[in-house]
Amino acid sequence: MEPVVALLVGLFVAVAAYLMLSRALVRVLLGVVVLGNAVNLLIFVSGRLTSAAPPIVPKGEATPVGYFANPLPQALILTAIVIGFAMFAFLIVLALRAYQEMHADDTDQMRLAEPDGEPNPPLEY
Amino acid sequence: MAPTNPGVALTLNFDIFAIALLLSPFAAALLAPAMCRHGGVAAGWGLALVPAALFVALLTTVEGVAAGRPVRLAIDWVPALDLRLSFLIDGLSLVFALAITGIGAFIVIYSTSYLHDHRHRGRFIAFLLLFMGAMLGLVLSDSLVGLFVFWELTSVTSFLLIGFDHEREAARRGAIQALIVTGIGGLALMAGGVLLHHVAGTWTISDLAYSPTLREAGWSYPWVLGFIVVAAFTKSAQWPFHFWLPNAMEAPTPVSAYLHSATMVQAGVYLLARMSPLLAGTPQWQALLCSFGAITLLWGGVAALRQTDLKQILAQTTIASLGLSVMLLGIGGETAAMAVAAYFVAHALYKAALFLVTGIIDHGTGTRDITVLGGLRDTLTITFICAALAGLSMFGIPPLLGYLAKEEMYAALSTGDAWGIVAIVVMVLGNALLGVVGLAVMIRPFMGPLRPTPHAPHEGDFALWIGPALFGLASLAVLFAVSPYGELLLAPMASSIAGHPVESHLGFAVDFGALPVWLSLVTWGLAIAIYWQRDWIRAAIAKTVPSRAGKLVSRRRARAVPRATAPGEPEVEAELDRSVEERAVWTWDRGFDQAMFGLIRAAGGWTRVFHHGRLELYVVVAFACLAIVLVTPLWAMNDWPALPHFAGGAFYEWGVIAMAAIGVVMVVLAPSRLGAIIALGVQGLAVALIFMVFGAPDLAFTQLMVETLSVVILALVMTRLRLSTRDPRPYEDLARDGLLALLIGGSVSLLLLRVLQGAFDGRLSEFFARTSVEIAHGHNIVNVILVDYRGLDTLGEISVVMTAGIAVLALLRRQRKRKAVAA
Amino acid sequence: MNTLIFRTMAPLIAAAMILFSIVILLRGHNDPGGGFIGGLIAASAAAVYGMARGVGEVRRLLRFNPIAFAGFGVVLAGTVGLLSILYGVPFMTALWLPGYAFGVPGAFDIGVYFVVFGTMTAIILALEDGGEGV
Repeated sequence: MEPVVALLVGLFVAVAAYLMLSRALVRVLLGVVVLGNAVNLLIFVSGRLTSAAPPIVPKGEATPVGYFANPLPQALILTAIVIGFAMFAFLIVLALRAYQEMHADDTDQMRLAEPDGEPNPPLEY
Repeated sequence: MAPTNPGVALTLNFDIFAIALLLSPFAAALLAPAMCRHGGVAAGWGLALVPAALFVALLTTVEGVAAGRPVRLAIDWVPALDLRLSFLIDGLSLVFALAITGIGAFIVIYSTSYLHDHRHRGRFIAFLLLFMGAMLGLVLSDSLVGLFVFWELTSVTSFLLIGFDHEREAARRGAIQALIVTGIGGLALMAGGVLLHHVAGTWTISDLAYSPTLREAGWSYPWVLGFIVVAAFTKSAQWPFHFWLPNAMEAPTPVSAYLHSATMVQAGVYLLARMSPLLAGTPQWQALLCSFGAITLLWGGVAALRQTDLKQILAQTTIASLGLSVMLLGIGGETAAMAVAAYFVAHALYKAALFLVTGIIDHGTGTRDITVLGGLRDTLTITFICAALAGLSMFGIPPLLGYLAKEEMYAALSTGDAWGIVAIVVMVLGNALLGVVGLAVMIRPFMGPLRPTPHAPHEGDFALWIGPALFGLASLAVLFAVSPYGELLLAPMASSIAGHPVESHLGFAVDFGALPVWLSLVTWGLAIAIYWQRDWIRAAIAKTVPSRAGKLVSRRRARAVPRATAPGEPEVEAELDRSVEERAVWTWDRGFDQAMFGLIRAAGGWTRVFHHGRLELYVVVAFACLAIVLVTPLWAMNDWPALPHFAGGAFYEWGVIAMAAIGVVMVVLAPSRLGAIIALGVQGLAVALIFMVFGAPDLAFTQLMVETLSVVILALVMTRLRLSTRDPRPYEDLARDGLLALLIGGSVSLLLLRVLQGAFDGRLSEFFARTSVEIAHGHNIVNVILVDYRGLDTLGEISVVMTAGIAVLALLRRQRKRKAVAA
Repeated sequence: MNTLIFRTMAPLIAAAMILFSIVILLRGHNDPGGGFIGGLIAASAAAVYGMARGVGEVRRLLRFNPIAFAGFGVVLAGTVGLLSILYGVPFMTALWLPGYAFGVPGAFDIGVYFVVFGTMTAIILALEDGGEGV
C-alpha cells in the first residue's frame, strides 16, 4: 500500500498548494490544514506501513511479539498534530482579527505591512 | 589546576588580577554616570585616578621591558578552540599604553571642566573611559582575536564619542562615516587575522612574529599584507580613506584631542608597527606604505594651509602626521623604527596639547577661526605658553621632542638612491608644512593686536590648562634626560618594530658633517618662507584647484539672470554659489555620501521588486523553488523511482485512502464554505482512519479529536466572518496555480516513491522497541518515546503549544480593549 | 442546538468525558493513550459544556484562567525533569518509585495533559465568547 499512500501524499500537497495560492484568506487557512495532514502522512509512510499490531508490548513480555508498526514516526507525528492544531487556531484568530481590522479577506488588499509605493528612507544622517 | 604544582595556580591568579587591572577603565565607565550625577566636579577627578593609577602601574614595568623582559599575561578563554585571552607588554605596547593612560587621565580632568554644565557629562566620561579600555586592550592584546575584538570596540566607542552631540546632523554624519570606514577596516583585519591563523597555526601574535612559514607559503603573503594594510589605512586615515577624520572633528574638543593624538587614529600605525617584523622589508610593503604615506603627508599638509578653523587645521595635520609615520614604517630599518617611536611620542604630546589649547581658546573667546583671533597673549598667558611649547615642538626646535624625532627621520633617509632622494624631498616638504601650522597656531591667535571676539576672552581654569601645560613641559623635560628617554622608552619600542634589539643614539650633539642637520635647516627655512607667504599661497591654491567650480558658478549666474527680474539678495546668491560649488568639486567626502545614498536607493529599489506585498506571488516563488529542490536531485543523479506495484492491500485500506482522496478534492471543489469545512472534516477523519488501519491507534485518536475541535473552531469563526464565497482569481491565475500545484504534488510523490524503494534503516526504532520495557518500564512504545526518551523535545513542544495559546489570547484581548475604548 | 435535552445532558456528557480523559491519560504508558490525547478530550468536554451552559459557567467551574492550567503543566513538566539534580544525573532522567508503578515520565505526562487541556480550552472559550472574558 505504500506507493498508493505516496500518491495520496502528492495529492494532498497539490491540493494544499492550490488552496494556499488562492488570495482568499479562508482558503489559505484550509490549505495550511491540508498541508499539515500531508506532511504527517509523509512522515508516517516514510517509516514504512504495516497492517500489523500497534507498537505496544504485550503484558508479561519484554519486547514486542511478531510484526508491529514503527513507533518512531508515530511519536514524531503525535506532537506535530497537536502543535499543528495550536498553530491553526492561532492562524484562524489572526485571520479573524485581520478581517475585522482591515475589512478584507483578499490578501492583495492587505497592505498594512508593505504598502504600495513606499518611499525610500530619507537620504540624510 | 594540578594540586602538585601550586606555582601554576599562583601565576594564573596573578594574571587574572593583572588583566582585570588593565581592563579597569571598563568598570570605571560603568560607574561614571552615577558618580557624575552625584559627585559633581570631584567625580571627574576621581575617575581620572583610574587611568593615572594604570599609568603608574605601567611605569613600574618600564625597566624590565627595557632590559628585554616583556610582561606576558594570559588566561584561558575558549580552550577548545585554542583561544587564550593573552596580553603582552613589550616596548611597543608599553609606550602606546603609557600614552593612552597618561594623556587619558588629563583628558578626563579636562572634560570635567569643559562640559561642566552639560547635562550628559556623566555619559560622556563613561564613553571616554570605555574607549580608553578598548584602546588599551587593543595595544596590549597578544592574541589576534583579542586584537580584532578590541579594534572593533574602539570603532564602536569612537562612534559614540564623535556622535556625542547627536542632535546635530553633522555630528551624526561624522560618527556614521567614522564607523563605516573603520568598520570596513575591521572586516579586513578579521580576514587578515583568520588567514594568518590559517597559515601560521597560532592566534598568538608574539609567536606569529617569528613564524617563517608565511613568506614561504607564497600565495598568502600578498593577501595578508593587503588585508592588514586596508585595516591600518582606514583606521589611520590614509589617503584615500582620509576623509572621515576631518568630519570626526564634530566631536567635543577633548575627544578630538584624545582620538587624534595618541589613540584611535594611531591604532593603524600600531598595527603596521606590530606586524612589521612579520611583513616588512618586501618590495610590496615598501611600495604600498611609502607611496600612500607620502601622498597622505602632502595631501594633509596642503589641506591644512587652506583651512581657517583651528580644529580643522589640526585635523589635517593629523592626517599628514599619520602619513609620515606610515611612510617611515614603509622605509623600514633600525633608524626608521627609532624615528617612528620618537615621532609617536612627540606627536602625541604636542597634538594633544594643541587640541586642548584650541578648546580653551574656543571656550574663552567663542570662536576657533584663526582669521578673527589675535593678541590673546595677555589674557590667556598660560594657554599661550602651552601653545608655544607645543607649537615649537611641532616646528622642531632643538630642546624639544619634535626636534629629536625629526633628526631621527632624516637620519633614516640617508640611503642615497633615487627613491631615497624622492623620499627626502617629500619628507622635507611635509615637515615644513607641519612646521608652518606649528608657527601659525602659536602666533596667529596670540600675537599682534587684540581683536574683538564673540565674548570677552578669559583664561581657562586649572582643570583646563593643567593637561596641555604638562604635555608641553614633558616635551621640554627631555632636555634633562635625553639618554634615559632613548634607552628606556624609544629603543625598546624600536626593537619591537624592527624585530631585533636596537641601540639608542639619541642626543643633542650636532654633527655638521652629516645630512640631517642641513635637512633640518632647509625645513625650518622653508616653513618660515611658506608662513610668510601663506596668503599668497592660499590664494594660488584656491585659484587652481576648483577651476571647474568657478565655471559652473558663472554658468549658474548667467542662467539665473533672465529669470530674475531683480538681482537676488546677496546672501541667497552666495548660498546658491556655494551649493553649485559643492556639487561641482567631487571630493572623497562627497563620494561617501553618494555611496551611502546609492546604497539606500538600491536597497529601496531591490525591496520594491522582491517585497511587492502580494502574498500569492511569494507563495508561488516558495512552491516553485520547493518543486525544483525536490526534483533536482532525482534528475541530476538520474535516479527516478521504478514503476510501483499497486496490487494487494485489504479492501478497507483502499476504502480509507479513497475516502481521503475524495475528501481532499472536495475541499477544493465545494461550492460553499460550509461544504468546504465538511470536506475538510472528511479528509481529516480519513487520515485518522489511515492511522488506525496501519497500526497507530494513538495517532488516530489524537487526529480525530483535533479534527473535531478544528471544525468547531472553524464554525465558531465563520459565523463572524462575512466572506465572499467566490475565488477572486482570474482564469489565467487558476491555470498557473493549478499547474504549479500539480507540479509540486507530483515532485513530492516522486521523491517519496524513490525514498520508499530505498533501503530502510530501522536501528533507532529497533532500539526503542527492544528497550522500552527493559529500561523505561512502559509498554506503549510511542508514549515512552514521548515522555521518556525524547522528553526534552516534548517539553519544548508543549511550550510551543502554550505560546500559541497565549498569542491567540493576546490577539483577542486587543480587540476587547479596542471595544472598551470605543464604548 | 441549545435544546433543553442538550442543556440537561451536557454536564453528564462533560463529566463522563473528563473521567474518560483521566483514564486515557493514566493508562497511556502501557496502552494507547497519554497526555496529548487526554488533554484534547478534556478540552472537548469544556467546549461541550460551554456550548450548553455558556462560557461564563465554564470559567466559573474552572476557577482559574484556563491558560493558567497550561502554565501549571509546563512548570510541572519542567520541575519533575529537574528532580534529577537531587540525584546528580542529567536533566529529565527518568526516576521511579519502587515497583515502577509511577515516576517522572508519568508526572511529565500529567504536565503535558494540563498544557494541552489549558491551551485548547483557553482558545475555544475565547472564541466562543469573542474574547470577552479573556
